[in-house]
Amino acid sequence: MSYLNKIIYNCKQATFLIEKKQLGRLSFREEIELRIHLAGCGMCVLYNKQSRVINHMVQQLFQDSLKNELKLDDAFKADLQARIEEGLGNK
Amino acid sequence: MITETTVLNPHKWVATYADYLYAYAIVRINDQDTAKDLVQETFLAALEKVDRFEGKSTERTWLTAILKNKIVDVYRKKSSGLAIASASKAAQEQDEFFEEDNGHWKAAYAPQPIAGMDDQDPLLKKELNSILQKCLQKLPALWNAVFTMKHIDDAATENICAELHVTPANFWVIIHRAKVNLRACLQKNWN
Repeated sequence: MSYLNKIIYNCKQATFLIEKKQLGRLSFREEIELRIHLAGCGMCVLYNKQSRVINHMVQQLFQDSLKNELKLDDAFKADLQARIEEGLGNK
Repeated sequence: MITETTVLNPHKWVATYADYLYAYAIVRINDQDTAKDLVQETFLAALEKVDRFEGKSTERTWLTAILKNKIVDVYRKKSSGLAIASASKAAQEQDEFFEEDNGHWKAAYAPQPIAGMDDQDPLLKKELNSILQKCLQKLPALWNAVFTMKHIDDAATENICAELHVTPANFWVIIHRAKVNLRACLQKNWN
C-alpha cells in the first residue's frame, strides 16, 4: 500500500490525531496527514464533530453535578465537626 | 455563594465546605462511600497542616487542593493491580473498532449521526447525558482517571503522566481509546 493510501484508509490513526489535536498540538506532518484524511473521509469528519460535542457534554455534566442537590447527611456532618473540634482541642 | 476567605476557621469547615467537597469528590470518584471518606480525610489532614497555611490562597482552594491529592491517590490505587488487567482487555476490545490491516473503521462501528447531539430538545439532551454518565462509568479506572483529569481539571499532560505513572505516549493512546469507546457506547445505547 502506498504512503498516501495508508493515510487515506487509516481511520484509527486519524481519530488518534483528532484527539491529540483537541488537547494538544500536532506536528506539521501530523497536521497535513489529518487534513488529507479528513478531506476524503466523511466518517472521521463526523467523528471529529461528535468528539467535540462529547467534550462539551462531559464538561457540562461535571459543572452541573457540582450544583446538584447531593448533600452529606447531617449526622455525618455533626460527627465530622465533632472530630475536628476534638483535633483542635488536642493542639 | 461561599465567602472567600484567606483565614482558616476550622470551626466552620464542615458547615461551609463539606457539601462542596463532597460534590467535587463524587463527580471524580463516582462512589458515595469513598467520596464521604475522602471529605473526612481531607478535613483531618487539613487540621494537621493548619500551622503551615500561608494565606496565599482562599480556604476553599486550599482544602480543595488537599482533596485533589487524595483523589489522585485513589486513582492510582484503582489503576494498579487488577485494574491494569481490565484496561488491557478493554484496549483489545477497542481494536475491534478498526480493521487490523489498514486501520479503517469496521462497518459495524463506523460513526453514525447521534440525534441527541444535534437536537436542541432538552428531553433528548437529558437522555443523552444519562447515557453518557453510564458510558463514563464503564471506562477502565485508569482511562477514567486520565480522561477526568484532562477534561474536567484541565491538568497539564506532564502532571497527569507523573501523578498516574503513565508515559506521554501511553497518555495519548489512553485519551484516544477512552474517547473512541465513549463515542461507540453513546451510539450503541442511543440508537
